Amino acid sequence: MENKPFSTQVCLDDFIPATDEEKEYMVSMRPSSTFFKDGIKRLKKNKIAVISFFIIVIITLAAIFAPMFWPYSYDQMLGVNPGQPVDNSFLNLAPFEYGQSEIARMEAGESVVPHIFGTDSQGRDYFIRVVYGTRISLAVGFFASIIVLLIGLAVGSVSGYAGGKVDLIIMRIVDIIYSLPDMLMVILLASVLKMVLDNALEGTVLSKIGSNILSLFIVFGLLYWVSMARLIRGQILSLKEQEYVLAARAAGAGGKWVIFKHLIPNCFSVIIISTALQIPSAIFTESYLSFLGLGVNAPMPSLGSLASDALNGLSSYPSRLVIPAVVISLIVLSLNLFGDGLRDAFDPKLNS
Amino acid sequence: MNTKTLMYIVKRLLLAILTVWLVITITFFVMHAVPGGPFVGEKAVTETVRKAMEAKYGLDKPVISQYFTYLSDIVTKFDFGPSLKQRGRSVVSIIFDGMKTSSMIGIVAAFIALIFGVVLGSVAALRRNKVIDRVIMVITTAFVSMPSFIMGTLLLTVFAVKLNLLPANGAAQNGLILPIVTLSLYPMAYITRLTRSSMLDVLGQDYIRTAKAKGVSRTKIIFGHALKNSLIPVITYFGPMLAYIVTGSLVVEQIFAVPGIGRAFVNSITGRDYPLVMGTTIILAVLIVVMNLVGDIMYKIVDPRITLE
Repeated sequence: MENKPFSTQVCLDDFIPATDEEKEYMVSMRPSSTFFKDGIKRLKKNKIAVISFFIIVIITLAAIFAPMFWPYSYDQMLGVNPGQPVDNSFLNLAPFEYGQSEIARMEAGESVVPHIFGTDSQGRDYFIRVVYGTRISLAVGFFASIIVLLIGLAVGSVSGYAGGKVDLIIMRIVDIIYSLPDMLMVILLASVLKMVLDNALEGTVLSKIGSNILSLFIVFGLLYWVSMARLIRGQILSLKEQEYVLAARAAGAGGKWVIFKHLIPNCFSVIIISTALQIPSAIFTESYLSFLGLGVNAPMPSLGSLASDALNGLSSYPSRLVIPAVVISLIVLSLNLFGDGLRDAFDPKLNS
Repeated sequence: MNTKTLMYIVKRLLLAILTVWLVITITFFVMHAVPGGPFVGEKAVTETVRKAMEAKYGLDKPVISQYFTYLSDIVTKFDFGPSLKQRGRSVVSIIFDGMKTSSMIGIVAAFIALIFGVVLGSVAALRRNKVIDRVIMVITTAFVSMPSFIMGTLLLTVFAVKLNLLPANGAAQNGLILPIVTLSLYPMAYITRLTRSSMLDVLGQDYIRTAKAKGVSRTKIIFGHALKNSLIPVITYFGPMLAYIVTGSLVVEQIFAVPGIGRAFVNSITGRDYPLVMGTTIILAVLIVVMNLVGDIMYKIVDPRITLE
């Protein structure tokens, strides 16, 4: 049918259903993104955080797996063999040096795993001691943060949700613990718990972990949860005024349901970030205490105790101090930078 | 100062007193929970001698009455009892001897940290995203992540052992330079970052723009408007900085063999000198609590925008 100019007649061709390709062409929607995906995307863009993350992963993997295939163990004195005189050539080796029996074995054509970092004053392979020390330090940092997280989460969410007198009393207790000089209390408690626990633990499974590590955990559980509790309380206080909480209440939800289903999931990013930043501070405290002689029990090494032991032979063997020092700084630095990156990526307050 | 500020000060004062009392109590009972008592482990002490010594130091009385004697001695006579290991010396005299050196180190370190921190922070903020800003930020990040004992031992290795420029022993001439530097690096780095961020915040404020529009010179804007206001957050760091310096001095004095209160504290723990442990803990705790109090109150007075809870 011919279309006349100026006619109001409609052209039927304009009303043909669109093909699938045409439909797709018109859709300008992006795949939906969750808060978590957004955060990961932002985190990936932060080069420093990504590099720190990889450093942490590499160090952690090395600390877990290196002892499995390394031929020496952390408490094995290489010059001491049962039934033979002590071989002093193994003591205080410089990096990549060998003891006499090892040189003999190498001349016979055997391959000997080198002492990358040398050996210490008792002839123990230093590399494996550093690896073990890293393992201890990382484990302490991780578990201490978990303890802090659990206690802080429990106290903070109850305090924030309950409000009123309960909140007032809990917050006064938190205020007082917060104003205690933490390091002094840590040193005091660690030194005393060490003596108390040493007797109590004798013969039990826990004696392997060592009273010092346990007392460190106790100290963390007693003193360090307060800032976490404050943080979570603040979050809960602001979240519980939200409409969806009111809606849940109106639908008959109880306190437990509201806390676990609505409030805690919504302060998750804050929790993760502050836990990530808690780990380096726990490692820091552990190495500090080890350095003062209140850390892990000998012969178990930790990075702090290795550094502390190295002080005696500093002028002859500075590398023994520098190596654990560098490892601690690297761990603490990359954990801090990664934590900062997490905060930038996941803290919703910065977006608004 | 209005009544609200006064109320706040009174409240903080009460909290501080409560904290100090709590520290004394915790320290006392924790130290008395140690099994064996102070005379175990000394060379073959007969039963009668041990009894006589316990009677001399009042250790034969019930713990509660010992506690009240200890508390009232501190409050009324400022007496922490005699040292168990350094015969004939009182805890107070040992602490005062140590304090002479330690407070010198601490105060000088705090001033260095403050001056360099503010200058570097302002420079970084004014040259934002330039090379010098990047360099300052990288260095301060490294310093903030380095535990004081690592910093101390590394400085010791480099300057005393390798280069032989400065003595490793704190008691020698110029021996306090390295401990002071060690103690000041972390707070310096922290203050630098604090000053930088608050300076950037202030520089974005409207009154700075107004001053620029009026044609005020750059120097006058920086020193007259920006710097003064950006220093307010630094005041809050006053208390934490002192706490850091106190705990840092424990290891730093150990590393450099400085005859200060920190070393006395650590030695008293390893030597089980109970009255000395209690005395030093309490004195150092009081110091930290008081400085926190002063820092907080100053902050509230200086910045009128802060609402008082």
